[in-house]
Amino acid sequence: MNFGLTEEQEMIVSTVRRFVEEEIYPHEDLVDRTGEVPTEIAAQIKQKTMDLGFYACNFPEEVGGAGLSHLEFALVERELGRGSMALNHFFGRPQNILMACEGEQRERYLLPAVRGERMDALAMTEPDAGSDVRGMKCVAKRDGGDWVVNGTKHFISGADHADFIIVFIATGEDDTPKGPKKRITAFLVDRGTPGFEIAPGYESVSHRGYKNMILRFDNCRLPDAQVLGEVDGGFAVMNEWLYATRITVATMAVGRARRVFDYALNYSAERKQFGQQIGKFQGVSFKLADMITEIDAAEWLTLSSAWRLDQGLPANREIASAKVYASEMLARVTDEAIAIYGGMGLMNDLPLERFWRDARVERIWDGTSEIQRHIISRELLRPLGA
Amino acid sequence: MKVLVPVKRVIDYNVKVRVKADQTGVDLANVKMSMNPFDEISVEQAIRLKEAGQADEIVVVSIGVAKNQETLRTALAMGADRAILIEATDNVENDIEPLTVAKILKGVVEEEQPGLVLLGKQAIDNDANATGQMLSALLGWSQATFASGLEIEGDKATVTREVDGGLQVIKVNMPAIVTVDLRLNEPRYASLPNIMKAKKKPMDTKTPADYGVDIAPRLTTVKVTEPPARKAGVIVGSVGELVEKLKTEAGVI
Ligand SMILES: Cc1cc2nc3c(=O)[nH]c(=O)nc-3n(C[C@H](O)[C@H](O)[C@H](O)COP(=O)(O)OP(=O)(O)OC[C@H]3O[C@@H](n4cnc5c(N)ncnc54)[C@H](O)[C@@H]3O)c2cc1C
Repeated sequence: MNFGLTEEQEMIVSTVRRFVEEEIYPHEDLVDRTGEVPTEIAAQIKQKTMDLGFYACNFPEEVGGAGLSHLEFALVERELGRGSMALNHFFGRPQNILMACEGEQRERYLLPAVRGERMDALAMTEPDAGSDVRGMKCVAKRDGGDWVVNGTKHFISGADHADFIIVFIATGEDDTPKGPKKRITAFLVDRGTPGFEIAPGYESVSHRGYKNMILRFDNCRLPDAQVLGEVDGGFAVMNEWLYATRITVATMAVGRARRVFDYALNYSAERKQFGQQIGKFQGVSFKLADMITEIDAAEWLTLSSAWRLDQGLPANREIASAKVYASEMLARVTDEAIAIYGGMGLMNDLPLERFWRDARVERIWDGTSEIQRHIISRELLRPLGA
Repeated sequence: MKVLVPVKRVIDYNVKVRVKADQTGVDLANVKMSMNPFDEISVEQAIRLKEAGQADEIVVVSIGVAKNQETLRTALAMGADRAILIEATDNVENDIEPLTVAKILKGVVEEEQPGLVLLGKQAIDNDANATGQMLSALLGWSQATFASGLEIEGDKATVTREVDGGLQVIKVNMPAIVTVDLRLNEPRYASLPNIMKAKKKPMDTKTPADYGVDIAPRLTTVKVTEPPARKAGVIVGSVGELVEKLKTEAGVI
């Protein structure tokens, strides 16, 4: 067993760390205050990411990516997690699911996405179907050789900047002994397709500037050429490509927690009350001890789940454990950091209240904590017939 | 033209340096080490010369412990072509003295025959600011220190030097020793493709004995102590409070 990074991995980490500190940190306050990423800043981050060869680094070399392993990509995202999600969205990491593109879809979607010419987003969630993805109402019906789509998606991150969106849509229903069960298909939908609207979504307290949008389909006509994977094979592509995205949530939580921890640690050594540094009070120092222990634990859980993917080992349960633990760790760490700062922690002069707000969504998106626990426990109990 | 760039592995500039309890030096155990920031500037300048077609090969050399190969690898990832690791000690606390380093570098220069040696003006650990000058003396080459600008034309280099009270522009004959200052350039990030390529670039390993240099220290460190403690600052709650404190406590307004 070897817990060390290779020289290349160390260099990858230090390049991304420096990038985040120099290219992302300076714009964070502006983005949080205005809820917008200025176009020129977005363009600048994207260009610099490309110049550094990091754009779409999660893709294999044969399609123009950097061919990073899951572990290396988790290290990249850990460092990105230190910075604003609204800004590091432009440190482009298109959805891996685009590897399911076939034939001319590769020229239209996969390759331009990797080159940074077209940006993507991914849409599953609907107002009435969140955790229960299969409960979706957005439906595509056959009409001649085409599909006609009706329905609504919401909470779709990054759709404001997307040139096309990968959308999961119900394409039929099977009768099963447990009742009707929807068949789902993934579609590639271009911005500007008639009958397809990308509308402003809600204002979120977490990650201001990283917008979530509403998608509306009104008799939107899509040819078969827009189907990603097989017709009715939506769950197959989802299972093949999407379960690793929870590693993103976990590893970014670790990166952000480390940033928060540094604030808390330094403040504990500087702030004086009752004539001494507050870090000298056990009530404060033990918080720090717990925080760093949890951060380390979350980090190893996360990196080891990424490593399992690289080894081709089953990882679904481990990824769920990493996601739930790291996101809940971040909640505790940001909360304790505010405790250590006292009243100043809540004021927007410091970024701590932002980290605290941002932390909340990590326990919701990509499957809530409850859903992750459901996945974990089911994997344990199902083989026992329970 | 070949450019030789010596790089030192030093305590990272972000690390809060701690003096060891026995006052023999600073604590280097489990401390992050990085390339001396001035040396990053030399590497960057060498790469720019190569990009401008004025240099054709960049050789980086580091003298110290085996781990210095990480520092060399970083230089290779930035864009240097080849590296020489000179393993002088197996103890990081063993800082090789400037004269010893200069003598080893003289050996490297004789072997490599570069047209230019670019060094940092000083290393941020011992702040000696001596190696470049000593190397110049040992080789009998011209030297230009504290460079904030460097132009090469034929067998002459025009160097802008940061001196007290302004800038001095001098012309030196090549081959030359140039030590670089902070404002010469802003070092680039190692790009991902270059990071991946760095591993395949050649790295030779040598020892001081290969250059006939004895590394035994000539200097004795008597004592290392912390600088006097700065008084802790305070965070003021309002502009009013700040003005009040500036008046009553600081007495500046
Ligand atoms: C800012 C933001 C961005 C997002 N971006 C995207 C995106 O880009 N694309 C996308 O498709 N989606 C996105 N989502 C949607 C996100 O994945 C869902 O919010 C999440 O899956 C939960 O769904 P829901 O909000 O409808 O909650 P619900 O599913 O309605 O859950 C409500 C509560 O019930 C609990 N619950 C539900 N089912 C169970 C169960 N079986 N067992 C125990 N508890 C249960 C949940 O844990 C939760 O506490 C985003 C969400 C947010 C907030």
